[in-house]
Amino acid sequence: MTAQVRSPAAPAVALAGSGRVKKTRRPARVAALVFMITMTVLWIVPIVFALYVSLRPVEDTAKNGYFSLPHGLTLGNFTGAWVQSDMQQYFLNSVIITVPAVIVTLFLASCVAFVLTRVPFRFNVALLILFTAGNLLPQQVIITPLYRLYLLIPVPEWVSENGLLYNSYAGLILINVCFQLGFCVFVLSNYMKSIPHEIYEAAVVDGASLWIRYRRLTLPLCRPALAALATLLTTWIYNDFFWAIVLIQRGDKRPITSALANLQGQFVSNQNMIAAAALIAAIPTLIVYVALQKQFIAGLSLGSTKG
Amino acid sequence: MSHRVTPQSSSAAAMPTSRRSVLKGLAVTLGATAFPAGLLTACGTSTTPSSSGSSGAGAGAGAGSVTFGSNYSDPAPKDAFAALTQAAGQKTGTDIKINTVDHNTFQNNINSYLQATPDALFTWFAGYRMQFFAQQGLIEPIDDVWQKIGANFGPAAQSLSKGLDGKFYFVPIYNYPWVVFYNKSTFKEKGYEVPTTWDDYMALLKKMKSDGLTPLAFADKDGWPALGTFDILNLRINGYDFHIQLMKHEVPWTDPRVTQVFTQWAEMLPYAQPGSTGRIWQDAVKTLESKKAGLMFQGTNQVAAQYVTDGKDLDDLDFFPFPAINPQFGQDYMDAPTDGFCLAKNAKEDSVAPAKKVLEYLGTAEAEATFLKTDQWDVALANGATIPTYNDIQKKSVDVISKCKAVSQFMDRDTDPGFASNVMIPSIQKFINDPSTGGIKSLQDSIEAQAKTIFTN
Amino acid sequence: MAVHSRPRARGMSPRDRLIVGLMLGVPVLADLAFIWFPALSSVALSFTRWNGIGGFDQIKPYGVENYRIAATVDPQFWPAVEHNAVWLLVFVCFATPLGMLFAVVIDRNIQGSRIYQSVLFLPVMLSLALIGIIWELIYSPNYGLINTITGHNQDSNLVNWLGDPHLNLWAVLVEACWRQAGYVMILYLAGLKAVDPSLREAALMDGSNAWQTFFRVVFPVMKPINIVILVVTLIESLRAYDLVYINSHGPVLPGLELLSILVTQNILGEQTRIGYGSSLGVVLLVISLVPISVFLYQTFRREARR
Repeated sequence: MTAQVRSPAAPAVALAGSGRVKKTRRPARVAALVFMITMTVLWIVPIVFALYVSLRPVEDTAKNGYFSLPHGLTLGNFTGAWVQSDMQQYFLNSVIITVPAVIVTLFLASCVAFVLTRVPFRFNVALLILFTAGNLLPQQVIITPLYRLYLLIPVPEWVSENGLLYNSYAGLILINVCFQLGFCVFVLSNYMKSIPHEIYEAAVVDGASLWIRYRRLTLPLCRPALAALATLLTTWIYNDFFWAIVLIQRGDKRPITSALANLQGQFVSNQNMIAAAALIAAIPTLIVYVALQKQFIAGLSLGSTKG
Repeated sequence: MSHRVTPQSSSAAAMPTSRRSVLKGLAVTLGATAFPAGLLTACGTSTTPSSSGSSGAGAGAGAGSVTFGSNYSDPAPKDAFAALTQAAGQKTGTDIKINTVDHNTFQNNINSYLQATPDALFTWFAGYRMQFFAQQGLIEPIDDVWQKIGANFGPAAQSLSKGLDGKFYFVPIYNYPWVVFYNKSTFKEKGYEVPTTWDDYMALLKKMKSDGLTPLAFADKDGWPALGTFDILNLRINGYDFHIQLMKHEVPWTDPRVTQVFTQWAEMLPYAQPGSTGRIWQDAVKTLESKKAGLMFQGTNQVAAQYVTDGKDLDDLDFFPFPAINPQFGQDYMDAPTDGFCLAKNAKEDSVAPAKKVLEYLGTAEAEATFLKTDQWDVALANGATIPTYNDIQKKSVDVISKCKAVSQFMDRDTDPGFASNVMIPSIQKFINDPSTGGIKSLQDSIEAQAKTIFTN
Repeated sequence: MAVHSRPRARGMSPRDRLIVGLMLGVPVLADLAFIWFPALSSVALSFTRWNGIGGFDQIKPYGVENYRIAATVDPQFWPAVEHNAVWLLVFVCFATPLGMLFAVVIDRNIQGSRIYQSVLFLPVMLSLALIGIIWELIYSPNYGLINTITGHNQDSNLVNWLGDPHLNLWAVLVEACWRQAGYVMILYLAGLKAVDPSLREAALMDGSNAWQTFFRVVFPVMKPINIVILVVTLIESLRAYDLVYINSHGPVLPGLELLSILVTQNILGEQTRIGYGSSLGVVLLVISLVPISVFLYQTFRREARR
C-alpha cells in the first residue's frame, strides 16, 4: 500500500495539480469551526480553572470553595511556591537531565530508523520488533533489576560522585534515553519508509556516502517527525518522576517533579499553592512546544524534494 | 547487599582518608561552580557555618561529617528539623548535611534507599515499620547510644525504640495522638457535652444530625485516615493485646472480634460525611473549620496543622479521646504514632562515630524542645521535657497520651506496611462503600486469604 | 514493484559498514542491556518470592504460586483486567478517533487552527502533578467545580466522582481522553503534514469531496502513521497508571484498579513483593506484547517482502 506513495506517477500529478485547490463547502466549514471552538473551550476550562484557583489565597477558597467569586486575587501562591520548593534548583536538575536525553534519544533513534529502513539486511524486521516491543514494556517491570544493575556498574568519578550509575544524572539520562528509544525508532522508521526511493537513488549515483545520505537527506526530510517527537520527548522526560524515585538518592538531585511532590506535603497541603507550582513547572514544556510547533506546522511535505 | 561498600572501604584503608574528603570537596566545588551559590544553601543546607563541605573543618573530638536523610519536606517541620540539626551540629562539633526528600517518595523508596548508599542518619517511624528493616539488617543497632540516653526516656518510649531482637535501633523525637476533634464554639453554642461512652457518642451524633450538622467529618481518599478509625474501634472493643496480635497476624482476620469492629463501625458510618472515598482529608478538615461538621477523628499532626495552614483559629479547636466501648478497656489505649531517627547499616564507615554522637544529642529533652519550638501539634517523649511553647492542644496531647496504659503506633506502622497499604486500605474503602453484614463477612474472608499470602514465614 | 531499485548492502564500502555498525550497534546494545535484560529478569523474578532485600540468595523459587495468588486470592486482579479492557475500548472507540478527527480538521487550515491545536495539545504537556491538582479541583466532592455548579456540593446530595466505584473509572477516563486525544492529534498531524499535497489535489480534481478524498486517498497513504497510532493507543491503555495513581492519592481506590497500578504498588513501596509484582507485570506484558508483536511482525514482513 505504501508503494502508492512511491509510485512515480505522484510527482507528475503534483505538477499538474498545483495551483488549484477546491474550497470546502461553506456549511461544512462552519460546522468544523463550531466543533473546534466548542472542543477547545471544553479542553481549556480545567486549566483555566486551576489558574484561577492558583491566583486566590487559600483562606478564601477554604471558606468559599474553589468555584466562587474571588475576594481579591494574589500572586502570593506563585511566589510562595517558588521559594518554598526551591524550584530553581529543581528546574536546573530537570534541564540537566532533559536536554541531553532528548538530543541523544533523537540522534540514536534516527540512526537506527535510517539503517533499518534504508540498508536492507537480514535482521531488519527482528530489530524493528526488538525496539518497538521494547517500548511496550512498563517501567515497573524494568525498575527492580535496573536498580541492582545501577549499583553494580562503575563509572568514572567525574560522572558520578559515588562512582556508580546510581544517584547520578548520567544514570537518569541513560535510562530515559533507552526507555524512549523504542518509541522513537518505531515512529521514525515508519516515517522514513514513506520517503520516496527516488530521492536516494540520485544520491547514490552521485556517490554520497551512507552518512551523507543520513545527515543531508534523511534528517531534513524528517523534520516534522523529529519536531513532534522532540516535543513529546521533552514533555515525557521532563515530567517523568518514576525513574528518579528509585535511582536518585539525594533530594537535591531530583527533577522538578519532586519539587511538586515536596509541596504536596506530608500532611498539610495548600492546593492553591500546589496548583501555582505545577503551573510554573509547566512553562518550559510550553516554551518547547511553541518553539517547535512551527517545524511541524510549516507544512513541510515529503512530496517536495526540498527540505 | 553490600556490593560497592566493601571495595570502597578497603581502598579507603589503603589510601589515606583524605582521598574521599578531597573528592567530596571536589564534588562540592564542582557543585558550587555549576549552581549559583544561593541554590546550594537553599537545598543542601550545611548546618555548621564553618564547614562548606570539607570534613576536617569541624572542631572537637567527635568532629566529622554526617549526612542526614530527611522526610520532613513540609515547610514547618523542615524548618524545625533544620533548627534541630543546627543545634546538634554545634553541640557535637559535627558537620551535618541534610538530604531532604519528599515524604511519600522517601517512604516508598526506603527499601532501595537503605540498600544502596544511604545517608548515615535518616528519619523514620517507630513500630513494626522500624523493626522490619532492623530485622532485615538495614538498620544499625545503637545500644551504645542508648546507654547514654536511656535515662532520658520512660519504659514506653524505650520499648518503642527496640527491634524484635531486643536491641535499640531508634531514637524518638515526638509523637501525637489520634483523637476526636471539635470546635469549642460549636459545642458551646449548641450545648453539646463531651461523650465518654459509646451511647453518649451515638446520641451526640444523632443530635448533631438533627441540628443540621454533618456529625462526623470524614475523608478516606488517601486511604490511611480510615485505618485510624479501625485501630481505635479495635482498641476500644478488643483491647491493645488483641490489636497487636491481629496486626502481627497471630489471630485470623475472620475472628468474630474483628466482625464486631466492623459492625460497630457500620453503626456509626451513617453519621460520617458521605462521599469520603472521593475526598482528601484536608477537605474534611475544612468542613470542620467551617463549622458545618461537628466532629472529626484524626491525628493532631493533621487537623491542628491544617487549621494553621488555612489560617483558622487554633484556639477554638479542642479534642477528646475516643469514647469507651468495652468497659474492660475503657479509654486505656490510642494510636500515638512516634517519629524519630535511625542509623543506616550501609552508612559510610567514617560517619558512624559522628552519627552516634548526633543521636546522643537527639535523644535529649533539650533536642526535643528545640525541634518543637515552632511546632504547634506534636509533643515530646523525653522525661521532663519542658516545652514552653506548648499550646492547649499540645498540653492536652501530653495529658491524654500519659493516661494511656499502652499506645499503638498506627496500622501501617504496627503491621506489614505492604499489607496495610495493598490489602487493608482497599478493603476498608470497600467496607465504607458497602457496610452491609454480608459485605463484612466476605471482606473478612478476602482479607484473611490475602494475609495468608503475605504473612508466610 | 520498485524493489530492485533499492540500494543493496553488497554495494557498501568498508567505511559505510563501520558506520552502519555504529549507528545500529550502540542503540541496540543499550536497549538490550537496560531495557530487555531488566525486563527479562523480571520475568524470571515472577517465579520467585522476594521482598527486594538482600542478595540473590534471598530470592526463593516459588513456582507459579504468584500467578495462582493473582488469579484466585487477590480481589483486585480481575477488576484490574476488566478495567484495562474498558480503558482500551474507550481509547480505541473514542479518544483516538477524536484525536484523529481533530488532526484532520486542523489540517484543513480552518480559521484559528493554531489555537485549537495548541489548546488541545496542552494536556499532553502538563505534568502529572498538575493534572492531579486540576481534576482534584474539578471533582472534589464539596468544593469542586462540577458539584458546585450543579449544586451537588452538600453532604446530603453530593456526587462522589472519584470515590464511587461505579463512577470513578469513567471520571478518570474523561481525564485520560482529555490527554489522549491531544496526543493522537499531534502524531496524526505530523503524519498528515507529510502527505504529498499533490495527491489530495489530484483527488479533488477528480471531483471527490473532502471526506472521500480523506478516506480514499489520504487514509490509505497514512498507513505507517495509522500503525503508530494504533500501537500508541494500545500502549497507553495498557500501561496507563499515572492518572489513577495521582487520582487515588495513595493506594488505588476501589473501582480504579488497573494491572499497571497493581504492579507499581507491589514493586515500588515500603515493603515490596518483587516476585508477586513481577508476575502481575508479566501478565500485563503477555497481554500487550503478544498480539502486538504478531501484528507488527506480519506488517513488517509484508513490507519487507515488497
